[in-house]
Amino acid sequence: MLRQKAFMKKTKSGKVLKVVKEHYLRDDIWCSIETCKVCEHTESVLSTVPSINKAFSLPHYIIPDTNIFINQIDVMEHALITNVIVLQTVLEEVKHLSLPIYNRVRDIIANKEKRFYVFSNEHHRGTFIEKLKDESPNDRNDRAIRVATKWYGNHIKDFNPRVSVVMMTDDVGNRDKATADGLQSISVKWYIEALGNAEILDMMSSAKDLDDGQKSIYDEHLSPAHVSNGIKSGKYLQGKLGISSHNYLEGSIYTKINGEEGTILIVGRSNLNRAVDGDIIAVELLPKSEWRTTPTGVVVDEDEEQAEEESLKAEQEAAASAAKEDAVMAEPEAEKPASAEGHKLDTPQPCGKVVGIIRRNWRQYCGFIDRKSVHTPAGSSAPVNVLFYAMESKIPKIKIRTRQAHTLLGKRIIVAIDSWPRTSRYPIGHFIRALGEAGDKSTETEVLLLEHDVPFHEFSKQVLSFLPVEGENWVVKPEHFAGREDFRSLNVCSIDPPGCTDIDDALHVVPLPNGNYQVGVHIADVTHFVKPGNVMDQEAASRGTTVYLVDKRIDMLPSLLGTNLCSLRSNVERLAFSCIWELNDAAEIVSVRFTKSVIASKASLTYEEAQNRIDDANMQDDVTAGIRILNMLAKKLKQRRLDMGALTLASPEVRFSLERDTQDPVDVEMKELKETNALVEEFMLLANISVGRKIYEKFPDSAMLRCHPQPPSANFEKLEKAVARFGIEIDHSTSKTLSDSLDNAVLPDEPYFNKLLRIMTTRCMMQALYFCSGAQIEQEFRHYGLATDIYTHFTSPIRRYSDVMVHRQLHAAIDSSLSYGDEITDKEKMNDLCGNLNHRNRMAQQAARSSVELFTHLFFKNKTEEEEGYVIRILKNAFIVLVPKYGIEGIVYASAKVPKTDSTAEAGSAAPQPILVYNPETDCLQSTETLAEGETPKTQVQLFQKVMVQISIDDDLKGGGEGGMRQKLKMELLKPWIEGISVHGTANKDDPEAHAVTSTKSNNKREDAPVKAQDKKRASKRTKA
Amino acid sequence: MSRTELLSPEGLRIDGRRPAELRKITSTTCVLSQADGSAYLEHGNTKVLAAVYGPREARHRALVLHDRAILNVELNVAPFSTGERRRRSKNDKRLLEMASFVKQTFEPVVIATLYPRSQIDIYLQVIQHDGGTLQACINATTMALIDAGIAMTDYVCACTAGWVEREAAIDLNYIEESSDTSEVTIAMLPKSSKITLTQMESRLHVDKLEEVFRLAGEGCKQMYEVMDKTIRDRAEDLARKMAV
Repeated sequence: MLRQKAFMKKTKSGKVLKVVKEHYLRDDIWCSIETCKVCEHTESVLSTVPSINKAFSLPHYIIPDTNIFINQIDVMEHALITNVIVLQTVLEEVKHLSLPIYNRVRDIIANKEKRFYVFSNEHHRGTFIEKLKDESPNDRNDRAIRVATKWYGNHIKDFNPRVSVVMMTDDVGNRDKATADGLQSISVKWYIEALGNAEILDMMSSAKDLDDGQKSIYDEHLSPAHVSNGIKSGKYLQGKLGISSHNYLEGSIYTKINGEEGTILIVGRSNLNRAVDGDIIAVELLPKSEWRTTPTGVVVDEDEEQAEEESLKAEQEAAASAAKEDAVMAEPEAEKPASAEGHKLDTPQPCGKVVGIIRRNWRQYCGFIDRKSVHTPAGSSAPVNVLFYAMESKIPKIKIRTRQAHTLLGKRIIVAIDSWPRTSRYPIGHFIRALGEAGDKSTETEVLLLEHDVPFHEFSKQVLSFLPVEGENWVVKPEHFAGREDFRSLNVCSIDPPGCTDIDDALHVVPLPNGNYQVGVHIADVTHFVKPGNVMDQEAASRGTTVYLVDKRIDMLPSLLGTNLCSLRSNVERLAFSCIWELNDAAEIVSVRFTKSVIASKASLTYEEAQNRIDDANMQDDVTAGIRILNMLAKKLKQRRLDMGALTLASPEVRFSLERDTQDPVDVEMKELKETNALVEEFMLLANISVGRKIYEKFPDSAMLRCHPQPPSANFEKLEKAVARFGIEIDHSTSKTLSDSLDNAVLPDEPYFNKLLRIMTTRCMMQALYFCSGAQIEQEFRHYGLATDIYTHFTSPIRRYSDVMVHRQLHAAIDSSLSYGDEITDKEKMNDLCGNLNHRNRMAQQAARSSVELFTHLFFKNKTEEEEGYVIRILKNAFIVLVPKYGIEGIVYASAKVPKTDSTAEAGSAAPQPILVYNPETDCLQSTETLAEGETPKTQVQLFQKVMVQISIDDDLKGGGEGGMRQKLKMELLKPWIEGISVHGTANKDDPEAHAVTSTKSNNKREDAPVKAQDKKRASKRTKA
Repeated sequence: MSRTELLSPEGLRIDGRRPAELRKITSTTCVLSQADGSAYLEHGNTKVLAAVYGPREARHRALVLHDRAILNVELNVAPFSTGERRRRSKNDKRLLEMASFVKQTFEPVVIATLYPRSQIDIYLQVIQHDGGTLQACINATTMALIDAGIAMTDYVCACTAGWVEREAAIDLNYIEESSDTSEVTIAMLPKSSKITLTQMESRLHVDKLEEVFRLAGEGCKQMYEVMDKTIRDRAEDLARKMAV
């Protein structure tokens, strides 16, 4: 049967078109119930005896409406909800409203155990309905749902009268109409309550009841139409909100202000106006008089406000805290005129206010419940409102309603935000699931993987089905030699870090009769196993990269490939993709070619072993001789690269030694670099550059390349000012000048200074990015850090998907008879892929960093160490110290903390007393005494200053304290002695003796030795406890 | 990735068809009394009118072939055929190309040696466009030629097929055609399964080509049945009228 669908559509250019579509109605859409005899479905999704619920006498199938999925997707994902009929009408509406939720619904449907069946009611002859005159699309869809429910009801009656169907909707009007039609209907709330399961009850999204009785705290958001008009006219600015990692009440957007790219600061709760990190927002600029000149401040006390329940009190406090913020802001403002005139560079930063939210970026957050917000006695299961802290400090507290508050205390849980009404100080959310005990290593690892959006589930059966059927026993067979060169006789060897199982590169060198050298880089031929477009390929593309954590590795490819079949292990034949150069004595490229090959590595060495072979004069075998030649060539290559202006940067990376069984960290050491590291690196760079050229030549529009943009000079401003103190100049106009000035920046009495400077320069850099060559102009292909005009990633296909793609492109470039699909030629697809890979890469880096942080915390548990550190960043009321030995950073507050216990009575007045204030002129913190002209302040903290700090863990894991359950590394200043900062009243507030000690301590200021001794004493006490 | 889902996981296409299903086909012959043969054909919302004049004396002396007839195909697309009204010039390269496709398709099938020194004119008018214009034109031409009583070795049936998301599908409509699917049109002589035309303008992976071809071939056979029935019904109708 055929229906026409006709409707009017407005195109982008404003033309009104009539669109006519065909719409076929069918007789072959089945009900998919197991016992149905009428329908001819082969695989039934819905079981004979469906869900049982106390609310209904009969077992039933559930037919939810659109809003159930949109608002209660977490409930629908719960294992208790099964046998659901998802109507096509509903599915299409969900897709239209929210793509992420649509994808989640699709995931549920794909899960066989959930028994969700999609009934294509719109194409079914019995359930299709025409839109009536004067009927709104919503009403039509509601009616379509009722008609389908009715059809199912009648259909079931024919063969199984002891089951029924239930329509689930929260729309009262729809329910009434359903009752009038003789259908069963129910709201989610009743349904879930009748199920009587506390967990699923908590997962229910809170109904959006607008309580008009409450006073609204926030300004209303403008309507979308208003906002888009405002943005078009330039009145408002659009951007993605990034919240400062040090202060959750301060955010910024990067956008065009009057045609110039710039950052707009948004400071304070009311200016942020319910925007959450990552939201796309519309901002109105504040008048110039309210712009700021000071750097980022730190929220010293995260608990500056009382819990939400006392809404009135919270009201007053909001005013108080707002005033407080103003005060903090006003303070440096008052000093401004003098400094601002003296320093023209310090132009005030534009500030703005959120007027509307264009797109929310709410996701699920890992975190924990604030113990202080739980007021019910232990064991009670009455629902209570509690506050939730996200692990990510950029996210505001979230109010959730739970019946399991006490069981969840001390656990890591996942929560989603439902809404943020004007009347509520915090967003309102609901519980999703608990991960496990806080502080537990596996829980915390899961948290950090979730927080960084790293897919860490096991590979599915479908993915594994694309592995070679021979499994472990796969060997190179004669047919594999077709189109491959046989390099098995060459002396190929690999050099990797110790314990490396995924070896993706190997090298060889052969001296040629003409005095030149043939050098080969052999890369694991992953694309032989991973064919484009299959499930394994899709999975790898979405994972993007292997993630390396301290104690484990989240693989991009199944381990059979990664650590065995692709891994170029010694003494087995492996498929490879080789890049063969002829290099002359000066390591200049005479010629280059690429080929697929078969190799048999003669040795897999660690960096250390390779180094020992080079150094050991007794070793004269072919492999060693080869390594020596390679080493000689690598040095020349490196020198030429450095001459071109490649940067040598540094990062404070550390390696943990783990205990074998428990995987607990026992020691930490700096990562060491050997000559052989550089050897491998040089040839990999050479290969990447050569391959980049080749694929760009073949695919000028779609080559996958990697660029590293030049950092804008604003990034260097502070650093330049800080090093000027030592008479050092940094010229960052090109990478060459930067590299030279870094080489010259040496302080004879401070050997670490140069490394420190390199670390800080690294932080001024932009991120290197993958891009598709058709999407950028050729000048922007440059890799700033490596000082090369083109670059790509070719050498690690086992752990990076970009390399897999490059392998495919290179193969297509060298083999003209190869057939390939549009996955390597389609510019758009390539661009999308680059976007995903960049995102995954960034996340993988952050996850790795968080993992190191986690292990640092475990390492410092029950330990207190004193170490030398350097000031690397100055904030408004704090400074950040880097401790090179452990590669860790911590915040040292420049304000005295007022002990919380004393101040509960007068919460509002607990403003921290600043001991050091920020001086924008010199970019340092200095003591507050009034200064005469030319006099240096008594104490000051400035960049690069060497300090002694005491490191310990804020042992506040179980909540209740200021930090809640966010583990925090605590750094306390020991040297230089600064009154008020080095004394930490809060550290030992439960220990009266310590109080006594600290008070005596403040008497002998500037005497470091006794202070140290006392600190040790305190430390030993803590370990005992 | 908010692109429209051309093939739902339930296996239904955007208009409710399954991948191997044709659209609804309506066809009649002898719709114009002026022409020697004519046909009207609908593939869903794609509607084409074909008129055949001839064989008749060739217009231009220069083009005359002494041993057989020449084919002349003209294609016109009505300005109102698409949602957006657009007038196409007569020299539109796309139209000329399509006309020459039709011409090439029929040259080996029409037994032109029976009509030396003459010309056969085929005029095609696309009235409504919803994807698959070329296949509709070829099918309509076949029927119009039969209606005109011009000798042919076999029917010519055309069908498009393409790779829609993850499966091969036939008879693509406008939405499916325009969202970047690779599409093949083939024209087939159903009795001998010989192919007289294949046309593809986008990239399609070789691995998928065979499946797409197979399905397009099946589509042609289905087309043949529909066209043959129309022709036979028409012939029966005429025979009945003559008997009276």
